[in-house]
Amino acid sequence: MSAALAEVWPYLLLVLVGFLPNEIWRLLGLLLARGLNEESELVVCSRAVATAILAGVIAKLILFSPGALASIPPSVRVTAAACGFLAFLAIKRSVFAGVMVGEAVLLLGGFLFAR
Amino acid sequence: MSAPPEMPPSSAAVFFAGVKSALTSVFFLVLMGTYIGIGALAHDYGFSSAWLALSSILVWASPGQVILISSLGLGAPPIEGAIAVTLSAIRLFPMVVALLPLLRRPETRLRDLLLPTHFTSVSMWIESLRLLPTMPHGRRIAFCNGLSVGYQGTAVSFGFVGFYLAAGLPPLLAGALLFLTPMSFLISTARNAKAMIDRLALIFGLAIGPVLTYWHVSLDLMWTGIIGGSLAYGIHRLREAAA
Repeated sequence: MSAALAEVWPYLLLVLVGFLPNEIWRLLGLLLARGLNEESELVVCSRAVATAILAGVIAKLILFSPGALASIPPSVRVTAAACGFLAFLAIKRSVFAGVMVGEAVLLLGGFLFAR
Repeated sequence: MSAPPEMPPSSAAVFFAGVKSALTSVFFLVLMGTYIGIGALAHDYGFSSAWLALSSILVWASPGQVILISSLGLGAPPIEGAIAVTLSAIRLFPMVVALLPLLRRPETRLRDLLLPTHFTSVSMWIESLRLLPTMPHGRRIAFCNGLSVGYQGTAVSFGFVGFYLAAGLPPLLAGALLFLTPMSFLISTARNAKAMIDRLALIFGLAIGPVLTYWHVSLDLMWTGIIGGSLAYGIHRLREAAA
């Protein structure tokens, strides 16, 4: 690979792998779906598929963590996520409170049990 | 929006009211946490901070960006990354469909809807559906664009913060930054999952995703979506039939 191509390659991938596959659904929404409403079966089903994919991403990031997060044991990561979620439910369904509690548990567990 | 009725605010004033609304909403904190995490992730997978900023502007969907960064960063074939990104972006389609009727009037030009269409994302969409209906039609597009620029500016800024924090932090704190992404995604997805089918899809996705990854199934995220989403949809239909 030439030096110039190596320079441009990540940006080309950004457009081809990130931008276009993502933007196509927004444009389809703009151009094709004037009549479709939020309760139609196709919309309900595709929302479920999208939610399941997002959940898969979340679980992968917690269980098969990248980089520095991998130095904190998986049991600590899962416990922290569960505590954060329970805090969210307990503290007026506050996203902020849940994230803070999850982070606090992760830091404490990581401090005590880091490899 | 308390300007006297005889003197309607200029487009610029409405735009900046949108920006201000973005910076004072709860999604400012959610985006801050998410994009500090994504910045740290991009750093750990070897992308540049300029690349990260451009991806926030062009892709503008945090799940898509996480998939893009992790799949390219792990050296997956580009086509596999593209399929996973496009599957994660399907949810944008119904969101655009629900949003545009609030912005469009008979005389609205298609090109005036291009920016709001591109800006459509979870945070902007929830706030637009909450705030736009109480606003005169003529102000909605400018407000919506201001709101979105406020959110994108937040995402780009904290992407840089996360990127450079991850570079110089002890491993435990860098790990805690990376943890912000799954933690804030998990909770905000759970908060948005009001209907039973969405909750089931969340639970199935959490359970199926890691199993497929563990077995090294190719296109694991696509299969997680198809299997988990179909199961949730099937149960939803059975419950409706039984009711």
